[in-house]
Amino acid sequence: MSAFNSPASSGAGAGPAAMPHLDIDPFAIDFFDDPYPAHEKLRESAAVVYLDKWQVHGVARYAEVHAVLNDPLTFCSSRGVGLSDFKRETPWRPPSLILEADPPAHTRTRAVLSKVLSPAAMKRIRDHFAAVADAKIDQLLQRKSFDAIADLAEAYPLSVFPEAMGLKPEGREHLLPYAGVVFNAFGPPNELRQTAIERSAPHQAYVAEQCQRHNLAPGGFGAAVHGFVDSGEINESEAPLLVRSLLSAGLDTTVNGIGAAIYCLARFPEDLARLRRDPSLARNAFEEAVRFESPVQTFFRTTTREVEVSGFRIGEGEKILMFLGAANRDPRRWADPDRYDITRKTSGHVGFGAGIHMCVGQLVARLEGEVLLSALARRVAAIEITGPVKRRYNNTLRGLESLPITLTPA
Amino acid sequence: MPSITFIHPDGRSETAEADTGATAMATALTRGLDGILAECGGNAMCATCHVYVDAAWLDKLPPRSNEEDALLDGTAAERQPNSRLSCQIKITPELDGLMLRLPDRQT
Repeated sequence: MSAFNSPASSGAGAGPAAMPHLDIDPFAIDFFDDPYPAHEKLRESAAVVYLDKWQVHGVARYAEVHAVLNDPLTFCSSRGVGLSDFKRETPWRPPSLILEADPPAHTRTRAVLSKVLSPAAMKRIRDHFAAVADAKIDQLLQRKSFDAIADLAEAYPLSVFPEAMGLKPEGREHLLPYAGVVFNAFGPPNELRQTAIERSAPHQAYVAEQCQRHNLAPGGFGAAVHGFVDSGEINESEAPLLVRSLLSAGLDTTVNGIGAAIYCLARFPEDLARLRRDPSLARNAFEEAVRFESPVQTFFRTTTREVEVSGFRIGEGEKILMFLGAANRDPRRWADPDRYDITRKTSGHVGFGAGIHMCVGQLVARLEGEVLLSALARRVAAIEITGPVKRRYNNTLRGLESLPITLTPA
Repeated sequence: MPSITFIHPDGRSETAEADTGATAMATALTRGLDGILAECGGNAMCATCHVYVDAAWLDKLPPRSNEEDALLDGTAAERQPNSRLSCQIKITPELDGLMLRLPDRQT
């Protein structure tokens, strides 16, 4: 069942409303520097807007973003979840078997990754991830002053995730640049995307090689994916591409999620104080940072038919840009949306998406965020920003390049 | 409207009116009830809306899917024979009076 009317069945009335055209470029550097005034304009103009710059429709209110995410048959992913329409353009890499797929093909591959990254699988890695987080914070407390992005938000996931995947130690420096390309490539053909793809060959070669079964250590997530070849759920050519999905989306996202959480706790000392009084809030403090900063800002869908969304008619084969970050701060859905509040009931935020394509690695992200913030809560009294905060520009990901901080031990 | 009673680990109970067709999870969240986290928002991914179904009601619920069954192996509190995920319990008029016990933890 679709949540949307077909135009033919929408009955009598005034007909579709005129859609506002906006000249906002959500992939421009000045937008990335401060997206919030533009988010508000996108949300308040109408339930659906048209962005002339890239000739796409946009939804920025929570209700419409959530509804589009939950109707994958009308708003498909198989024509790409970036601006590029796979029906008209050749994708820059072989399409993902899970992200860029629709049911029924998506159902089988999704089930495999869901099992590999299940709650039960998290129980097996939890103690190790927590011990490494404690050790990382202890080590950084010795240094006191460091860059929270390179030395913590990147260093911690790099010290647990590649190992959990079963990757060889050599070549891991390609992982973050590869993910950077993947997330830039969802954007329009701007300089960020073109430069990223031009430089992607060595990173692509590394990742393609690491996805092969013989390069993945037994017991890791990568080997677990290949194990489903033996039980017949996927075939030999599908397994490397599913491992590629984990390598594409499993690292840079958590880097930006953790970076967001540290940046929040550094800016909002009252929330750090609350977290210190009750370290069991660590998991929700991370979740709220994902809502508040929305490390993954946007994804596209493509319409499979003419459809009416909240009174606006959209034709078949049109790209719809979903503003996850704007939906996560929509005052129609969230009380005091621009406040970071570690006790907020965060369930329902779309920072991990929603519906059948909702982030399959969300449990890994939460685990990493929780154990790291828990270690901070127990060991750190204060976080002070001690130098210029620099933003990192990416067409999809929101995060920092540099966050110089000084820690005061508890 | 069917009503659902949630019983907290300390014995406290809260009764919520549920919209027919809504899930028990969504009913708990709408009411602002503590004890159901639903981190994944009802997408059957996280096992943080775990409940123990009162014995009298167990047979009235549709059976678990394979996916729910696998997720229940990952619950934070111990899995019991009457464990379910409340995001997979759709409220029908026949479930008026349903009693669900909350585990002591969801993560």
